[in-house]
Amino acid sequence: MKKTGLFALALSLGMAAALGAASAQTTLRMTWYSDGAEGDVMKDLLARFEAKNPDIKVALDQVPFKAINENLPVQLAAGQGPDIARVVDMGGVAQYALDLRPHLKDAAYWEANFGPFLEWMRQPGDTASIPGYMTQLTVTGPLVNKTLFEQAGVPLPGAKATWEDWAKAAKAVADKTKAPYPIAVDRSGHRFYGVAVSMGSTMVGADGKLTPVDEGFKRAAQMIVDWHKSGVMSKELWGSVSGSAYRGANEEFKNAQVPFYLSGSWQIGQFDKTVGDAFDWIAAPTPCGPANCSGMPGGAALVAIKTTKSPKEVARVMEYLASEDVLTEFYARTLFVPGHIGIAKKGVAYQGASKQAAAALKVFGDQVGALAPAAYAIQGNPFSRIVFNAAISRLGQAIAGEGTLDQAYERVAADVAQQVAERLKK
Amino acid sequence: MKASLLTRRRAPGRLDWTDIVSYAYLALGVVMMFGPVLWLALSSFKTPAALIEFPPSFLPAAQRVVTVEGYAQPLELYRVRQPDGSVKEMAQIRRVGLQAQMVDPAAPAAAPVRVPIEAREPLREIAFAWSNYTEPLKAFSFGRFFANSLFVTVVATLITLLINSMAAYALSIYEFRGKTAALTMVIGTLMIPITIILAPVYLVVSAIGLNNSLWAVILPGAATPTGVFLLRQYMLTLPRDLIEAARMDHASEWRIYARIVMPLAAPALAVLAIFSIMWRWNEFLWPLAVLTRSEVYTLQIGLNAFQGELQTQWHYLLAMTVMTLLPVALVFVFLQRFITTGIANTGMK
Amino acid sequence: MSSTQAPTQAAPKPAREGLGGRVVAAALGLFDAPMAWLQRALGLGAMPYAFLAPNVLFFGVFVFLPIAINLVYAVTGGVNIYPSQRPFVGADHFRALGDCASFLDPATCREDHFWRGVRNTLVFTFFQMIAMVGSALVTALVLNRRIVARGFFRAVFFFPVLLSPVVVALIWKWILQRDGLLNAALVAAGGEKILFLVEPTWAMAWAIFVSVWAHMGFYTLILLAGLQAIPADIYEAAEMDGTPPTRVFWRLTLPLLWPNLVVVLVLVLIRGVQTFDEVFVLTGGGPGTATLMVVQYIYETAFANPVQNFGLAGAASILLGALLFALTMLQLALARGKSKEARA
Repeated sequence: MKKTGLFALALSLGMAAALGAASAQTTLRMTWYSDGAEGDVMKDLLARFEAKNPDIKVALDQVPFKAINENLPVQLAAGQGPDIARVVDMGGVAQYALDLRPHLKDAAYWEANFGPFLEWMRQPGDTASIPGYMTQLTVTGPLVNKTLFEQAGVPLPGAKATWEDWAKAAKAVADKTKAPYPIAVDRSGHRFYGVAVSMGSTMVGADGKLTPVDEGFKRAAQMIVDWHKSGVMSKELWGSVSGSAYRGANEEFKNAQVPFYLSGSWQIGQFDKTVGDAFDWIAAPTPCGPANCSGMPGGAALVAIKTTKSPKEVARVMEYLASEDVLTEFYARTLFVPGHIGIAKKGVAYQGASKQAAAALKVFGDQVGALAPAAYAIQGNPFSRIVFNAAISRLGQAIAGEGTLDQAYERVAADVAQQVAERLKK
Repeated sequence: MKASLLTRRRAPGRLDWTDIVSYAYLALGVVMMFGPVLWLALSSFKTPAALIEFPPSFLPAAQRVVTVEGYAQPLELYRVRQPDGSVKEMAQIRRVGLQAQMVDPAAPAAAPVRVPIEAREPLREIAFAWSNYTEPLKAFSFGRFFANSLFVTVVATLITLLINSMAAYALSIYEFRGKTAALTMVIGTLMIPITIILAPVYLVVSAIGLNNSLWAVILPGAATPTGVFLLRQYMLTLPRDLIEAARMDHASEWRIYARIVMPLAAPALAVLAIFSIMWRWNEFLWPLAVLTRSEVYTLQIGLNAFQGELQTQWHYLLAMTVMTLLPVALVFVFLQRFITTGIANTGMK
Repeated sequence: MSSTQAPTQAAPKPAREGLGGRVVAAALGLFDAPMAWLQRALGLGAMPYAFLAPNVLFFGVFVFLPIAINLVYAVTGGVNIYPSQRPFVGADHFRALGDCASFLDPATCREDHFWRGVRNTLVFTFFQMIAMVGSALVTALVLNRRIVARGFFRAVFFFPVLLSPVVVALIWKWILQRDGLLNAALVAAGGEKILFLVEPTWAMAWAIFVSVWAHMGFYTLILLAGLQAIPADIYEAAEMDGTPPTRVFWRLTLPLLWPNLVVVLVLVLIRGVQTFDEVFVLTGGGPGTATLMVVQYIYETAFANPVQNFGLAGAASILLGALLFALTMLQLALARGKSKEARA
């Protein structure tokens, strides 16, 4: 025990010395996760910021996404959060977010460029606060293996093609080319809503109440279950894992086993790198359902946290990172669809992207403008992630053969009701 | 004399069918136990594209490239089936749809030919993608994470050995009030996986103010019920007269523990040490919850940063997994005799 | 368990005084004076408590206090992590967990994932126990024979014990997935690909296999220790009597090995019920919920869901604790009965 004490004493002395030397500086902590190279780009940008602002140091703490999803909420609830964090469940984190508005030089710039996305980061009823900005806007949409279509001699369905058109074409291609997965859809509730929106789902009923299982939801679910029955989709994605666990078909797509892969804009960077010359691939506009031809927006936001001891410094960092030049560079180097209206209008000159990647990014960029209002509303709903998770978990079970679709509908409704009630219990 | 697989050893010198079966079983064991790990190690040298190809190649390979006069970039080499049925090595200039434009590297001046893509087959050579290792090692403070992991592993193991052996000593040598209660507590907690009390432990640790200190990882697991249980079972078998003799000599209780019981319990301590080391080195869920600053990250947190929301950089993850396995493999190579005989000697009675 | 020791237990020898031994002795020597002072001040009777104190302190703070907080979670609701800020809900969480039309069919339960988890965990634990004890016993018997390079082979089987569960699962996932090594071998042999992790029965079977692969070495060594403690003359006597080998095994080897088998059985049971990360990384709990384990349910309810429901998870963990306790007691009782029988 004594030894322990000595160690602790030595350690804390050492730490105190280190802190003393750096006391002229404010150190801010930024918690960050990466899907690809964005962590390295952020590191560069922060180094540049620090060079210009010697009084602030930003420590970039890179974590697995699991930590953002599972541990960050606990840390925030215990008041142990970082100063800035990159998050995906913006609605869930909203209650811990700092309103940067009083510390910003130019709040109007933020409103003008991040307006529609700021709503995603706010608590219900809040219409004014500025919690952060989008590091990445994502749009769901299909990636198509053009070479497989050519090999099969099947023409690509046109711009206003429906889900049925694509299913038929993809099945024909797969039959001829022996691709095992005619259509692959990420196993994710968010991607499911990328289909459901076009089928007319709004998640919230006309009475303003959360109604996860509406007609659009059922149409989409029925179609996907039918696809599994008719061999258009394979059980390997939706039927393979349990709960809300994510499963993508990146590897299958890269191996040219998938003619039509419903995923999203974030795949482009790594497909560009790893598919290489193996085949030609394109992004296609989201197929049309009876309601519209819209996918789902999504993305990740960099959000300031309320418990920070240095809100002014946090605002300076955020201002720098969100400024047009810096953010343009960030999007250009990460191959992300811009979540900044001004930059999106001007267009981004993506660095190091091949022609086909740039073309795909343009298709997705154009999709942003074509998103249905319902899609934005769903993404901005503070309970959307609860619904996404319940939907994928229960539909996954139905597809794996554990119960019928009707039972799945009941379960989704019950799960959502239970979790919403738990969150609101005070 | 009849030997059987089911009884004991047979006489040396002659091989009968039971020996053959035994050695076949052992050979299978070597393949089954080492094969998968070897596969992991080889895979960690593959490029992202090679990692997912089917059928997977056993050794990491990359496509051969060749520099052809008149072309700025090195071109990829293919084996191309010619219309006349012969096979020729050709370099690909570009691929457009289902056709590839190819050139004979031996005759770069000749006009490029168009080849249907099914007619070509990539030419490959063994190549280790060292960049899977060098890139993350450059980008991450590997040294620091390694030092943190080492500190946690060593200090936690020392503390565990000390306090667990003290408790085991008390529970095996003495008769005192509350002994049964203490024993029941130990056995009871054997059954509680830390996973299910993660949130309350987090609360306790942040209430003490240990967040983001390596002590938050070290202390909560220091008192292991398994350790106390194992050491006590072993100490029960130690001869009592040694202890009584020492007491006659007026040795203090601490001296008896430190000078007599501890050396005798060395095999059991070794076993506990190994388990503590393995567990601490590999621990992931708990450090992830309490360590949020990169200065205090352990290796397991650092390497898992390659797992994003939508994608995982497998080539880096596999390479870094192999890196964390290396110390384990070294410990194993040097200590395997000690480990295995240690466990055997504890008897676990 | 100590009551049925093998007849000959070699007296333990102290470790050789190496450098490590001397360092340890010197470090422990630092405490000589303070502990001697403590003994003088409090008397000999207080010493067991003094030895027990550090461990009890750690247990108290990091195990019992959290368990107590978990009990509070189980009877309170909401998503707040501080017990004082959570509204009391009584037995609501337990009622939710117990809301089943039929306990035999998890699909009729409100918290069907919990009951599916319980069912899967029981299935997993049962078959894993058979496979684990069976293969560990066979391996121990083989290693106990007069073979060359026994130390090497012993180490070979022990090696996977050193790998972390995540790495174990990762390795096997790469082998078992659709485009993995095993399917490549099947195709090369002229067979068809099998979706090992997408068919429920295959997935459960592989989860059990991988778990046995990873942990068998440890149990093998425990059993091997027991086998080596059995004196050779017993076998010689049996051989002289012309007892057939199978009979020797059932009547001699197994009863003498029984104490070690009990340790193995209890440990396998406890660890089986606690299984989580290994299977989760391998199968993700799927296909459907075919390999969803109860600890995974608890972890996901408390952490992975967007609503972190510590209350429901706490209630489920209490039920899990009760289940574990009951199973262990049952097993120990059976083991005791069996060993009495063996001695009789």
